[in-house]
Amino acid sequence: MTKPRTLFDKIWAAHLVHTQEDGTCLIYIDRHLVHEVTSPQAFEGLRVSGRKVRRPDLTIAVADHNVPTTDRSKGIADPESRTQIETLEQNVRDFGVPYYAMDDVRQGIVHIIGPEQGMTLPGMTIVCGDSHTSTHGAFGALAFGIGTSEVEHVLATQTLIQKPAKNMRITVDGDLPPGVTAKDIVLAIIGRIGTAGGTGHVIEYAGSAIRSLSMEGRMTVCNMSIEAGARAGLIAPDETTYAYAKGRPHAPKAGQWEAALAYWRSLPSDPGAVYDKEIVIDAATLVPHVTWGTSPQDVAPVTGHVPDPAREADPARRSALERALAYMGLTPGTKLTDVRIDKVFIGSCTNGRIEDLRAAAGIARGRKVAGHVQALVVPGSGLVKEQAEREGLDRIFLDAGFEWREPGCSMCLAMNADRLEPGERCGSTSNRNFEGRQGRGGRTHLMSPEMAAASAIAGTIADPRAA
Amino acid sequence: MQKFDKLTGVAAPLAMINVDTDMIIPKQHLKTIKRTGLGKALFDEMRYEADGSEKPDFVLNQPAYRKAQILVAGANFGCGSSREHAPWALLDFGIRCILAPSFADIFHNNCFKNGILPIPLPQETIDKLMDDARKGANAQLTIDLETQEIVRPDGEVIKFRIDDFRRHCLLNGLDDIGLTMQKGGDVDSYEARQKTAQPWLAMAQD
Ligand code: SF4
Repeated sequence: MTKPRTLFDKIWAAHLVHTQEDGTCLIYIDRHLVHEVTSPQAFEGLRVSGRKVRRPDLTIAVADHNVPTTDRSKGIADPESRTQIETLEQNVRDFGVPYYAMDDVRQGIVHIIGPEQGMTLPGMTIVCGDSHTSTHGAFGALAFGIGTSEVEHVLATQTLIQKPAKNMRITVDGDLPPGVTAKDIVLAIIGRIGTAGGTGHVIEYAGSAIRSLSMEGRMTVCNMSIEAGARAGLIAPDETTYAYAKGRPHAPKAGQWEAALAYWRSLPSDPGAVYDKEIVIDAATLVPHVTWGTSPQDVAPVTGHVPDPAREADPARRSALERALAYMGLTPGTKLTDVRIDKVFIGSCTNGRIEDLRAAAGIARGRKVAGHVQALVVPGSGLVKEQAEREGLDRIFLDAGFEWREPGCSMCLAMNADRLEPGERCGSTSNRNFEGRQGRGGRTHLMSPEMAAASAIAGTIADPRAA
Repeated sequence: MQKFDKLTGVAAPLAMINVDTDMIIPKQHLKTIKRTGLGKALFDEMRYEADGSEKPDFVLNQPAYRKAQILVAGANFGCGSSREHAPWALLDFGIRCILAPSFADIFHNNCFKNGILPIPLPQETIDKLMDDARKGANAQLTIDLETQEIVRPDGEVIKFRIDDFRRHCLLNGLDDIGLTMQKGGDVDSYEARQKTAQPWLAMAQD
């Protein structure tokens, strides 16, 4: 009998092109997603060495980080952002790479459009010069972020030099209590294992609470694997996955669908497969979570308080905590729901999908954003925006006083005009609360779309279950 | 790629855990389309006031460390975004080697592609090296990749170990792409196999 294998082991083995004596592997890449920030130097590298893109047909490019979320007919005001996007447009022309332009309805955040277009499928290897490539792992695809030198390597060779990761399994079993979302699951996991908890590992999320999630929810969980230190997250493909993929523009067509399905069904981890690390979480114990500090592991139940550094035994942790609270302008012991916010951002590759917007709209319906709060809703793609508008979500948001924007990364990293001013505090559905992430001196509290909508209305961090 | 074999230089102490790539190079500097010139923006928000003047307390602004070539830092260095601008900025400033208890995966990888040597070491060793680094320009460290040794200012030798293939590439300044191109035949036959086994992987073009 062959040794039981994990989902990761199977995908890895299926993509080995060459293995060196020391265990360094050359693996084949099925899909390469390209965006404007991490690709210019890679294309430049190709040009300098006279190389071509080996498989432009397996590559797709889109501009998302720098694009304005306001009226685009006027072009891009910031000259550097404009140059970066024009450079991408020149590069895709020169190298024959397919591209969704800014006025294409399919344009959006790279990690939203891959799944939406059916480019992300089970069993694949998917890379992008972007750490949140882990999102695509929700389909049972091995998907991870790479640096620009590796982007160039994939462009030139359609392969990557890698060593296999270790296997880690996080099992979340049981029924999720009402009002607890995929975002809360992943924030709770990061709070528990820390931002280096998954380093060197690929995390496979398993258990009935994970299986009960929609594809959108699974993407939210896998998205933040990188915040848990893992390069990739994985969820075994199942009927939910196949139903989502079927009929999408780049999904296997009739005639090939059955063969693909048969292969995908062989992918889930074998019974008895061994993991290097195992974590088990009881779903019934989970509650809505929010971050209070400047690392995604600085997380607490929304019913909790700002922690006291004096009670931290480890000196390195204590000084990090003191620094975080000083930066965040928070006093130990403050009730989190007493923390007043200035802005709300609903969007990003973590929570910018249709289901996220529905959830936020469900809370916003018939209510009003607090007078001192500016609240932005930024759909993850043009198609998400269209769908939301068909469902009338834009009206709900606009009536409640939210701003309804064009798709892109927006205030998740504030490379475009959407950003926090120094000292401003934001309830954000994105994935990083690092110092300065949403604008120099800006203060970020990570939360679910439900909590973000509830907080916009309350004007403070708010428990969505009470809204 | 620049080779890395042996380096003797000043080490700057950065006693912080979870130094993320947003700190190393904040997003306003990601709009460049070049690899060079990022050194002045390294650690931007920790290093400069909002008006652009230097914060005198920040380690790389202190006279002893302005030419540091080595960084000694806390655990999980380089976490966060995959931006290769982080190692580019470090390199452009002159940092060639980083010593820390642990590194985030993508950053760790990116260093090797740019001739920077990241060395993970036990916390006790980092504590000693941090003390050395705090002594400023009078306490230089020597990093020898060939022998995989660090020599402390007092002469003590600390052994470290780097993956053989990565060490070989760094010592010789080898370009990965060139190496992989030599395996073009393997890639061709892999593609041929995949085409029959999983024809749906070809992306429908429009
Ligand atoms: S939404 Fe944020 S995390 Fe996602 S790709 Fe854009 S910048 Fe990165």
